[in-house]
Amino acid sequence: MSLLEVEGLSVRFDTDDGPVHAVDQLSFTLADGEVLGVVGESGCGKSVSFMSLLRLLPETASVSGAARFDGIDLLASSNARLRTIRGRRIAFVFQEPMTSLNPAFKVGNQIGEVLRRHLSLSRGDARRRTIELLDLVRIPSPERRVDEYPHQLSGGMRQRVMIAMALACDPKILIADEPTTALDVTIQAGILDLMRDIRERLGTAIVLITHNLGVVADVADRVLVMYAGRKVEEAPVHDLFARPQHPYTVGLLGAVPRPGSGRLQEIPGRVPSLVELPTACAFAPRCPRADQLSHSQVPELREIEPRHLVACFHPGPDAEAA
Amino acid sequence: MGFVDATSTLINPRARRRRLLRKRFLRRPLAIVGLIVALTFITCAIFAPVIAPYSASATDFNALLAHSSRHHLLGTDELGRDVLSRILWGARASIEAGVFSTLLAMTVAVPIGIIAGYYRGWVDAVIARVTDVLLAFPFLIVAVGLAAILGPSLKNATIALGIGAAPALIRVARGEALALREEDYVRAAVANGASDLRILTRHVFPNMLSTLIVQATVAIPAAIIGEAVLSFLGLGVQPPTPSWGVMLADAQSYLSQAPRLAVYPGVAIFLCSLSFNLLGDGLRDILDPRTTR
Repeated sequence: MSLLEVEGLSVRFDTDDGPVHAVDQLSFTLADGEVLGVVGESGCGKSVSFMSLLRLLPETASVSGAARFDGIDLLASSNARLRTIRGRRIAFVFQEPMTSLNPAFKVGNQIGEVLRRHLSLSRGDARRRTIELLDLVRIPSPERRVDEYPHQLSGGMRQRVMIAMALACDPKILIADEPTTALDVTIQAGILDLMRDIRERLGTAIVLITHNLGVVADVADRVLVMYAGRKVEEAPVHDLFARPQHPYTVGLLGAVPRPGSGRLQEIPGRVPSLVELPTACAFAPRCPRADQLSHSQVPELREIEPRHLVACFHPGPDAEAA
Repeated sequence: MGFVDATSTLINPRARRRRLLRKRFLRRPLAIVGLIVALTFITCAIFAPVIAPYSASATDFNALLAHSSRHHLLGTDELGRDVLSRILWGARASIEAGVFSTLLAMTVAVPIGIIAGYYRGWVDAVIARVTDVLLAFPFLIVAVGLAAILGPSLKNATIALGIGAAPALIRVARGEALALREEDYVRAAVANGASDLRILTRHVFPNMLSTLIVQATVAIPAAIIGEAVLSFLGLGVQPPTPSWGVMLADAQSYLSQAPRLAVYPGVAIFLCSLSFNLLGDGLRDILDPRTTR
């Protein structure tokens, strides 16, 4: 049984230019202890879809669909109910470690606050547990760091603190929204290593939102590729890298730098505006394989091989095949 | 818990930050002057009974409208009361009105401003429009009107000044809350399941404190001048209790014979409000890292 089951999730923002369909009919599942990579360009709706699950979006967003987590529908739950889930059972790590900590308080107090609120720990117990958590995320000399302010920590350390805070209550799901984007490469590797370690030691299911396929290849079990608010491909990580089906995925893989492979491939064109619901394949204007069909109909998701879904009329691994 | 050794004070982050702030403060001579003068006035206000050579209402009929002398350093007024003593006692009314009206304004304005800025929507629209309307009236007009309604006394003048200062502070608190609600750490706190009350008290309020402190150092001198105005108009401190405003009002009738009676309280008002303003400018500079020079 899956831990999280999302069905027909749609998110619409009402803006001055009319409604923007940020996420359209997204469905997916997440199993216990699984690492799901969610990939796509900026603005493809990957962050928005996960933030909408915990109602973290501004009020201009209207969310529809269903999201079953542990027997309840998150999207239909009251705010009070959601507060007992946020940070306790589903935790978030955001992209910006430099600004995600309150500058006015010691990092230890900020982690302790979460522990005391959700687990009703005493001040002393919270402090002890906080030091354990800092140690778990491999912060050196945690007894000292616990009493430091955010501005005294480096970006990588702050991201570790954010992860420690997210793990504080031993959540079932950890949603990491581009956790490494703001960090430099060596620190990225450390954070990813930490993610793997957490999954192994604590069995936490992790959703890793990123635009970096290299990161996904490293840690994810399964990958979900999003484009213009829709899921265009979903597959176990090995299948995706061995036999990418959607031309967008193929394009993304071509854009991953590899030593000695010469010039990087780019995907021509730009991400489409999401103001109107598509009547054709959203990727068609940028797609080398697009034909009459692609421009007139929206492709449905279909299962190409076991557990490998793709929404394309002309799937295939080879960029030249079309 | 931790170990203590000789180097711990060097590593201790708080001590380091405090030292840094002190260093930046010491580099601003005007702010230091402001601090010293303001503290002097506050000390005078607190210890007036001890420092003042005479009681504020003691009359010396041998020296009416006297010039400065060994007995009366700043001379005496038309009833033979020692001007220096009256200025020292008068500092009490000024500091009291300045500090308490600002505190009152803060307690009223900050929660309202935070709620407006954080929740936005119709609550904000109502609060912001009402504030705009109130701000259309000059501060002193509002204070004079309120003091006239409440009746003349130092307490009522303080209340009137506090309420008069509130709209400007609501606007400041609202603006800060509007900016802070978009901070990543506020978003992170929501994602961690914090309640609204917790977010407002732990994440929004503490981060606007430095702005509020600077606002307070601007509001205090405004209230000190306001108290003098109200007392001058007979809406504040009532004679014979000394206040700089009352002294100015009394001096009016003797302006041609003894202009010094108006000059001394006037200088006191000027120095006192200037000192708080200088202090406020200095604090704004050191608390705002963007103005580091």
